[in-house]
Amino acid sequence: MNSTHEKLAQSLKLALDEDQLTNCMRCGFCQTACPTFIETGLEAASPRGRIALMKAVVDGLMEPDESFRSQMDLCLGCRACEPACPSDVKYGELIEQTRAAIAAEKPYSLPVRVVRKTFLQGIFPHRGRLKLIGKTLSFYQKSGLQKFARSSGAMKLFPDHLQQLEKALPDVTGDGLEELWSKAGLPYRRETIGSGSKLMVIPASGARVGRVGMFRGCIMDVMFASTNVNTVRLLRQAGFEIVIPEEQVCCGALHAHAGEMDDAKQLAGQNIWAFGEANVDYIASNAGGCGALLKEYDHLMHAEQNERLQQAAVRFAEQVKDISELLSSPGRPLMPIQAESANKTVKVTYQDSCHLRNVMRVQGEPRQLMQQLPGVDMCELQGAEVCCGSAGIYNLTQTEMSTTLLDHKMEHVEATGAEVIVTSNPGCLLQMKWGIERAGKQRIEAVHLADFLAGQVWIEDKGE
Amino acid sequence: MLESVIREQLAAVVGGKWFKDDPESLVSYSYDATPLYQAMPDGVIFPGSTQEVSDIVKICSKHRIPVITRGAGSNLCGGTIPLQGGLIVVMTRMNKLLEIDADNLTATFQTGLNTKQFHLAVERTGLFYPPDPSSMIICTMGGNIALGAGGLRGLKYGTTKDYVLGLEAVLPDGSILRTGGKLVKDAAGYDLTRLLVGSGGTLAILTEATVKLIPKPSYRKAMVAVYDDLQAAARTVSNIIANHIFPCTLEFMDQPTLQVVEDFAKIGLPVHAKAMLAIEQDGSVEDVERDLKKLEEICLASGAVQLNIAKTPEEGAKVMEARRSALAALSRLRPTTILEDATVPRSKIADMVLEVQRIAQKYDVQICTFGHAGDGNLHPTAMTDARDPEEIHRVEEAFAEIFEAAIAMGGTITGEHGVGIVKAPYLEWKVGEAGIRMMKSIKDAIDPHQIMNPGKLFAETRKRIVFQERTEQAGRDSASNQDQDRKLETS
Repeated sequence: MNSTHEKLAQSLKLALDEDQLTNCMRCGFCQTACPTFIETGLEAASPRGRIALMKAVVDGLMEPDESFRSQMDLCLGCRACEPACPSDVKYGELIEQTRAAIAAEKPYSLPVRVVRKTFLQGIFPHRGRLKLIGKTLSFYQKSGLQKFARSSGAMKLFPDHLQQLEKALPDVTGDGLEELWSKAGLPYRRETIGSGSKLMVIPASGARVGRVGMFRGCIMDVMFASTNVNTVRLLRQAGFEIVIPEEQVCCGALHAHAGEMDDAKQLAGQNIWAFGEANVDYIASNAGGCGALLKEYDHLMHAEQNERLQQAAVRFAEQVKDISELLSSPGRPLMPIQAESANKTVKVTYQDSCHLRNVMRVQGEPRQLMQQLPGVDMCELQGAEVCCGSAGIYNLTQTEMSTTLLDHKMEHVEATGAEVIVTSNPGCLLQMKWGIERAGKQRIEAVHLADFLAGQVWIEDKGE
Repeated sequence: MLESVIREQLAAVVGGKWFKDDPESLVSYSYDATPLYQAMPDGVIFPGSTQEVSDIVKICSKHRIPVITRGAGSNLCGGTIPLQGGLIVVMTRMNKLLEIDADNLTATFQTGLNTKQFHLAVERTGLFYPPDPSSMIICTMGGNIALGAGGLRGLKYGTTKDYVLGLEAVLPDGSILRTGGKLVKDAAGYDLTRLLVGSGGTLAILTEATVKLIPKPSYRKAMVAVYDDLQAAARTVSNIIANHIFPCTLEFMDQPTLQVVEDFAKIGLPVHAKAMLAIEQDGSVEDVERDLKKLEEICLASGAVQLNIAKTPEEGAKVMEARRSALAALSRLRPTTILEDATVPRSKIADMVLEVQRIAQKYDVQICTFGHAGDGNLHPTAMTDARDPEEIHRVEEAFAEIFEAAIAMGGTITGEHGVGIVKAPYLEWKVGEAGIRMMKSIKDAIDPHQIMNPGKLFAETRKRIVFQERTEQAGRDSASNQDQDRKLETS
């Protein structure tokens, strides 16, 4: 065995949870839920196969060679296998442990290292830098540079998928939730509590049903700040007082999925502290990918020495709810706007966010919220539960598999005849927009659930 | 490792993409759903047509390379473990539904077709294919046929073997055989179709099949009966049959299973009860309602202490969900779940369940029993840990005694999982010395070079535990015998 493989095999032996490897009884029930198995038909590209490969490395049956590594990279981490598993194997933990061992033992190539370090350590955790990127992007979009880049053919220098992704980018303002909220003249107050933590507090509309900490996210708050604004407006209307702790940071999901567990834990600790201080009943997430990791902070921190931090992590995880859960209950029911022409309906379909569905186990609420609206004709998307191929930065690192999944997804979208495709996660939303570009189906619009609902229900602050 | 000239020949048949022998592929086809078994193949191939299968087999035959056919690898008898290495032939690319013939009520398909997909396609036309193995979301029709799969509807509708009308198969010399057809009646010579059904890949590779279909029942309704006495539950089963009612589903759970399932699913199961029956009937509304009424009476008269009849189809689905969650619940309890398949005449169900409970106690292992009471097909399921060889040894001893008990009651060693490796040491207990001799002569005549799935069906027969006169000595004898087999096979 070559020495790199040997070292990796050793660290996998240490990293992988042997109980979980043994718990897999190889029944194969995970396979029909797994997008990469569905596409390839190969045992190795299924959860059962990947677990068998991990176990084979731990048992010394095979070495963790290049193909092992690329098979682990090919997993989307969508976790669709977990609800399908009779034995309740924690596949997500196993793949993260594997990737962490790979990340620690075998350095990536220099360009990949630079990209990883730039994004994971240099950008996502730093709100100021993210906003600067937002402002730059905004400048690019508004100054005519974007037009120039497209018309001059400069974009043609980039690979096809980047060209299409560039077109799918939403219009960015560079402002985050707080700036947009205060600029719009909507009601709020600033509070400083406890050890000097700063909070933005937005009062409930009408009687208060609870106090909610808003997790604004990192990319979400730059690329989709208006979605964050709509989220807060909906939560207010449903009767929640909203608290935005200033010290909150990126959730760490991208770090955890990339195997950078120490970074993920550090970010988690910061969030647990920030929301713990804010004394809230719930923590609202409007991004399935973030919500899933927030919901698993207890697992993430379970090995921490600090007992108080551990307990705080458990409490944090219990409080995390997707906005669709909060709006369904305990939130007050939202009132539909009486459409001027009552007979006009909009045909809508819904693409699940994998992590919302498979980790947070939320699938009914978003659908019900939409179905309850009289002007909405909600039609189920065939394979809505199958990952769209976005999966963090998967669409950039595994472009071929990602586009295959996306193209199949768009065929199903087309078959529904829907005008609007609704999602619950920024990554999925961008992917859907990209899919629409790829398929040339610009008549279809992709929107976030919060934006869709905000356009369909009566909200008191309209026109304020 | 295959010689490079052979690898090239195989790759030439299917195209390079569909032949693999890298370590990753070899590991990922070294196991199936059977606990404790694993062995490395020398190559994996994915044929796209019958002709390709034939060409592959010819190459293997010439070079005496073992051929192990595989669908989804969901079997529980070790049927697709490459015990002696060789070539794994994965059939899942050959997954086309070729025809649903509404005039003849038949369907014809390639054997790599997924069972659930097949069911859905058939039901969309208003027809019905009853065999419903619990693994149907993943398993293939070819696997069902090769191992004689059953399912929950066996009592009323029979199992896979009752539906196969015709087959296309590739024999060990590469020749292509067609048996049967769209015929209800066919008396032309030996019944080769029946011979291949359940042959477990030891005689031929099944490439195409024609099965019979029936009209789809329009209505179904379910109920649950609870017992504080095991005999009463068993009596109910006998009384139902004696009254000439054949429910489409008649499922049993013993007390240990009820407790484990309730612990896991929290659906309000009667944990203090000794047994539970989940019963479902299908057919026309009038027939189902009439049968349900009669079933109610029979359950009460036979000693049921509680009855729940589903008021809506959704409620009915919930009832059956309780039964279906048994495997999930049991498998979460301990790391390794060994689900077995002992079958007895239905009048012996209570005796068998009590025997299993006694044997579990004797060997100090945890075994829960649930299964298809209506057809006597029980699934004693051991919750154990593959990492504890001492405990696994006790589990194996317990199962040997369970099979012995089943045979002593006029039962069999497998009702629906097939023989494979796991049951091979017990096959002679069931079919006798003459049975083994005849089976071996057939095998030798068709596959003289023993390339088709070697090591399956036939194994050194274990010494029988004398069921009626159980002694400590008998237990020790069998223990030393079993040491030789059923070990983690790795190469």
